Amino acid sequence: MSYVIDTVAWILMGAAVIFFTTGALGLLRFPDVYCRLHAVTKTDTLGLGLLVLGLALKSGSFSTALLLLIIWLLVLASGAVNCQLLARYTLDVEAGAAQSAIKRAQGDHHDT
Amino acid sequence: MSGLQLYLILGAAVFLLGLHGLLMTTDSIRRLIAVNLMGAGIFLIMVALAGRISPPDPVLHALVVTGLVVAISATAFALRLITAAARVDSGQSAVPDKASRLASKSESDVAEDSRP
Amino acid sequence: MTLELMPDIVLGALLLLMAWGALYAPTRYDAMALFVAFGVVVALIWARLGAPDLALAEAAIGAGLTGVLLMQAARQLPAEASVTGKRMPWFGSSLLFLVLTCAMFAAHILTDSSFKQAGIDASATRLLGGPTVPEMVTAALPNSGVSYPVTAVLLNFRAWDTLLELLVLLLALTGVRQLYPGTPQHPRANTASPPQAWPVLLSWARFLAPLLVLLGGFLLWRGASGPGGAFQAGALLASAAVMLRLTGLLPPLRWSSFLLRLAVILGALLFLGVALASLAFGDGWLVYPTQWAGALIILIELAATLSIAVTLSLLVIGESEDLSS
Repeated sequence: MSYVIDTVAWILMGAAVIFFTTGALGLLRFPDVYCRLHAVTKTDTLGLGLLVLGLALKSGSFSTALLLLIIWLLVLASGAVNCQLLARYTLDVEAGAAQSAIKRAQGDHHDT
Repeated sequence: MSGLQLYLILGAAVFLLGLHGLLMTTDSIRRLIAVNLMGAGIFLIMVALAGRISPPDPVLHALVVTGLVVAISATAFALRLITAAARVDSGQSAVPDKASRLASKSESDVAEDSRP
Repeated sequence: MTLELMPDIVLGALLLLMAWGALYAPTRYDAMALFVAFGVVVALIWARLGAPDLALAEAAIGAGLTGVLLMQAARQLPAEASVTGKRMPWFGSSLLFLVLTCAMFAAHILTDSSFKQAGIDASATRLLGGPTVPEMVTAALPNSGVSYPVTAVLLNFRAWDTLLELLVLLLALTGVRQLYPGTPQHPRANTASPPQAWPVLLSWARFLAPLLVLLGGFLLWRGASGPGGAFQAGALLASAAVMLRLTGLLPPLRWSSFLLRLAVILGALLFLGVALASLAFGDGWLVYPTQWAGALIILIELAATLSIAVTLSLLVIGESEDLSS
C-alpha cells in the first residue's frame, strides 16, 4: 500500500515540475505582460497544488497535510491578487501612454 | 567534496563577486547591492562553518541573525544617503524642506552679501 | 560527487546566477528584482544548512523589506547613465583575477585534509583542551531560562550583541531622520506611493495583516523553545505595517506622537534597564539571576519585537511626513 502511495506521490510531483517548467517557459517566451501573467499564475497554481498534494501524501501525517494545504491556499490567493495588481498597473500605464500619444498627435501641449 | 566544502567555496565566490561588482559598477544602487552580496558571502561562510558539527553551532547562527538586522538598517540608511546625494546632484539641496525655508528666510541677507 | 549534493549544487548555481544578475543586469530594475530573488535563494540555503531562524529572518528581511526599500529609493533617482561595467577597461582582467582567487581557495579547501571529512575536526575549535563553544552553550542551556540554544545565545550568553544591535537600529533611524528635518512644505512632492484603492488589494491586505500579526506573535512565543524570536517577529510585524501603509490603510506614523517615539526606544531602554539592574543588584552586567532569566528574556523580547517592528517600518516607509511631523 505504502509503495502505491509513494508512486502516486512521485507522479504528482513530477507533473508539478512539468507544469512549473511550462510556466517558466511561458514567462520567458510570451510577448506581453498579460500573456506572461496568464502563463505564470495558471501553471504555478496547478503546479504548486500538485506538489503540495504529492508532499502531503508522502508526509503521511494529517497535521502536516493541513499546513501544506494552508500554504497552498495562501499562495493561491496572493498569486491571484498579485496577478490582478500587475495587470491593472500595466493597463493604467498603457492607457496613460496611449492618452499622451493622442495628446501629442493633436498637438495639444497643455501643462499637466 | 562535502557540503561544507561546497558552501565554503560558494561563500568565497559570492564575496569576491560582490567585491568585483563594488569595484566595477558606477551606479550607487548597484554598489549597495554589491556590498550586500559581500555580506551575504560572509554569512554563508559562517553558517557553513556552524554546520560542521551536529547540532549546528548556535553562536554563529545568533551572530548571523544579528548581522542580518544590522545589514538591513545600514542598507536603509545608505539608500537615504544615496537619494539625498542624487538631490544634491540635480541642483536641489539634500534637505529640501529646510533649504527652501532658509532660502525664503535669508533672501535679503544673500542679496546684501552679493552687493559689491 | 554524490547524488546527495545535487540540491546543494543546484542552489549554489542559482545563487551565483542571481548574484551575477543583481550586479550586471541590463537595467537597474532588473538588478533589484534579481537581488530580491537572491534573497529568496539565500533563505532556501539557510533552510538547507539547518538554520531555520536565519531562513525566516532572511525571507522576511532580505526578500521582503529590502525589495520595498530598493524600489522606493530607485524611483527618486535619475536613470543611470551607463549601465554595466562591461565597457570598463579592467573588467576582464579583474574577473580573471576573481576566478583565479576562487580556484585557489577551492583548491585549498578541497585538498586540505582537515576539510576532507564531513566537518572540520572538532578539536580545532577547542580552547586549549577546554570544552568547545557549542559544548559550553549546551552545558549552560538549562540555566539560561529558555530551551532553544540560538535564543539563549542571543538574549542571555551574548546579550551584549543584541543590545548593541538595537542601538544600531536606533542609530540608523536617527541618521534617516537627519535627512528630513523641519516641517514638509510640499507633502505631495515626494510621497513615495500614492494610496491605490483597488478593492482586491485592499481586502487582501485587510485579510493578510491580522494573519501576519498572529504569525509574529507565534514566532515570538516559539522563540523560547524553537526557531523564531524577536527579530523574525519584528520583521514580520514591520512587513505587515509596510503593506498597510503602502495600500493607504494605515495613516502616516507621526514622529511627533509620544507613543511612537516610546515604541522606538522601548527595546533598548528596557534592555539597558535590565543590564543596569543586574549590575547593581545581581552578579554583573547582563548576568541574569537564574530563576528570573526566563521571565526577563520574554520581557526583553516583547519590547525588542515592538521596537524592531516600529523602527524597521519607519526605516522602510518613513517619508518626510512620517519622520518630521
